[in-house]
Amino acid sequence: MFHVTGLSTHIGKIQILHSIDLYVERGEIVSVIGANGAGKSTLLNTLAGLYTPSAGTVALEREVISGLPAYKVVAKGLSLVPEGRQIFPNLTVRENLLLGMYSRYYKEKKQTKERIDMVLDMFPGLKKHLDNLGGNLSGGEQQMLAIGRGLMSQPKIILLDEPSMGLAPKIVNDILEILLRIKKEMGTMIILVEQNVKAALKVADRVYVLEHGSIILHGTKEEISMNPQVKSAYLGMKMTS
Amino acid sequence: MDSMVQYLVTGLTVGSIYALMAIGFVAIYNITGILNFAQGEFAMIGALSCVSFVNWGLPMVAAIPAAVMLTALIGFIIERTAIFPVRNRSVITLIVITIGLSTFIKGIGLIIWGTSPHTLQPVVKAEPIKLFGAVINPQSLFIFLTVLVLLVILYVFFDKTFIGSALKASEKNPRAASLMGINTSSMSALSFTLAAALGAIAGIMIAPLTDATYEMGFLIGLKGFVAMVIGGVNNIPGAVVGGLLLGVIESFSGGLISTFYSDAIAFGILLLILFFKPTGLFSKAAGERV
Repeated sequence: MFHVTGLSTHIGKIQILHSIDLYVERGEIVSVIGANGAGKSTLLNTLAGLYTPSAGTVALEREVISGLPAYKVVAKGLSLVPEGRQIFPNLTVRENLLLGMYSRYYKEKKQTKERIDMVLDMFPGLKKHLDNLGGNLSGGEQQMLAIGRGLMSQPKIILLDEPSMGLAPKIVNDILEILLRIKKEMGTMIILVEQNVKAALKVADRVYVLEHGSIILHGTKEEISMNPQVKSAYLGMKMTS
Repeated sequence: MDSMVQYLVTGLTVGSIYALMAIGFVAIYNITGILNFAQGEFAMIGALSCVSFVNWGLPMVAAIPAAVMLTALIGFIIERTAIFPVRNRSVITLIVITIGLSTFIKGIGLIIWGTSPHTLQPVVKAEPIKLFGAVINPQSLFIFLTVLVLLVILYVFFDKTFIGSALKASEKNPRAASLMGINTSSMSALSFTLAAALGAIAGIMIAPLTDATYEMGFLIGLKGFVAMVIGGVNNIPGAVVGGLLLGVIESFSGGLISTFYSDAIAFGILLLILFFKPTGLFSKAAGERV
């Protein structure tokens, strides 16, 4: 269970997030949609510990993880696949993957091969690139690497920030399929932040709509896709009166 | 011809010491973004504490590692006490702090070791070797060999170990590194410790050639800085080539023109590089897919 209660974030003096409430249940994909500048990335970055919230709490399996620095949050079982992938271009694919389990490397050294195999099973395309530098991969492969790297620590919850950004529709579909597999095979909770609302609605169980730093709507996928406001603002359909 | 070989050998000897200093600069700069102006002081502490250890009766083989470890420890303590508490301030603040540290450490050096120069015996006491008409000091060979071994160790450390790839990740993208669970501030401490150890080795190497004083850090630090700029701030092989190049240029200009001007020529080169190729001669093109 993942619970966010009353979460607010200031960057400098400006308040970006206003008292966000959100939860994710085990085996659930929750999507957060919203326009550019709505605060989606700030939300994920706060959850991951890159920003310290000015109010509210984040709890993973009843343990409060808000206020911890990012490197400790990972060890608690929350993994963020950041916007723009942020793989390490100067390291090989294998090294990138290994760093993904940095927080557990020394404890679980024996399982490294097994973990890498698990990721390669999800992303067979990475196999032939294992010893190539991350910077030489295509955009789609880099996104797969970023997600694979995020899974290496076997997180309880994985957050994805705009994984579809800049990718061809076919690759976006592949990635959505993989999210469904992660949910089904690993039972990992997933928060998917997307501007590509159609893509998000395909795989999400529940959806939150973020606007100006506040949650303005929340519901199941069906409820949200039928909502006239969402239809006109995010799906480009005309409102029928 | 004979003197040319001599200049080359001298240049490469001094150059490999500059290279060590430059690697220290590169390690700290790439991981923390800080230009550590106290880098030269690490050389001073290394050289003078080695002198003290020898004076206390330690054999050279024990005095050198002891001095290197002491300096590394000081590097670590400096990072924890002067850099870590203010790590979120602007980089320029941190750079100014290192300038203050440099003056502070120099002052401590003055109190402990006084103003008079100290002599450190060369590690290798053997007859000079004649090669192609040049006289090669065995100490030079020892310096080459040490630098070579250190480079291999650094290569293995950065390219073949897990902690090395964590360091490289923190250097490239500290934010993403922290998302992997890497405590980037401990990487910063590691970089200072490493740079201090390298600085100490450089100081110990150069002391038998120039004598050691409490203010030796300034010039050797500056030379290491020039070597780093020549090579490009973001790569270790570049720093090594930059150091060797600087040493050779200095030695030839000292021999062919005048030793009086060799520093001026070295810094003149720094200016030229900053004017025409500010990223350094060997910096890799920084391209990234977005």
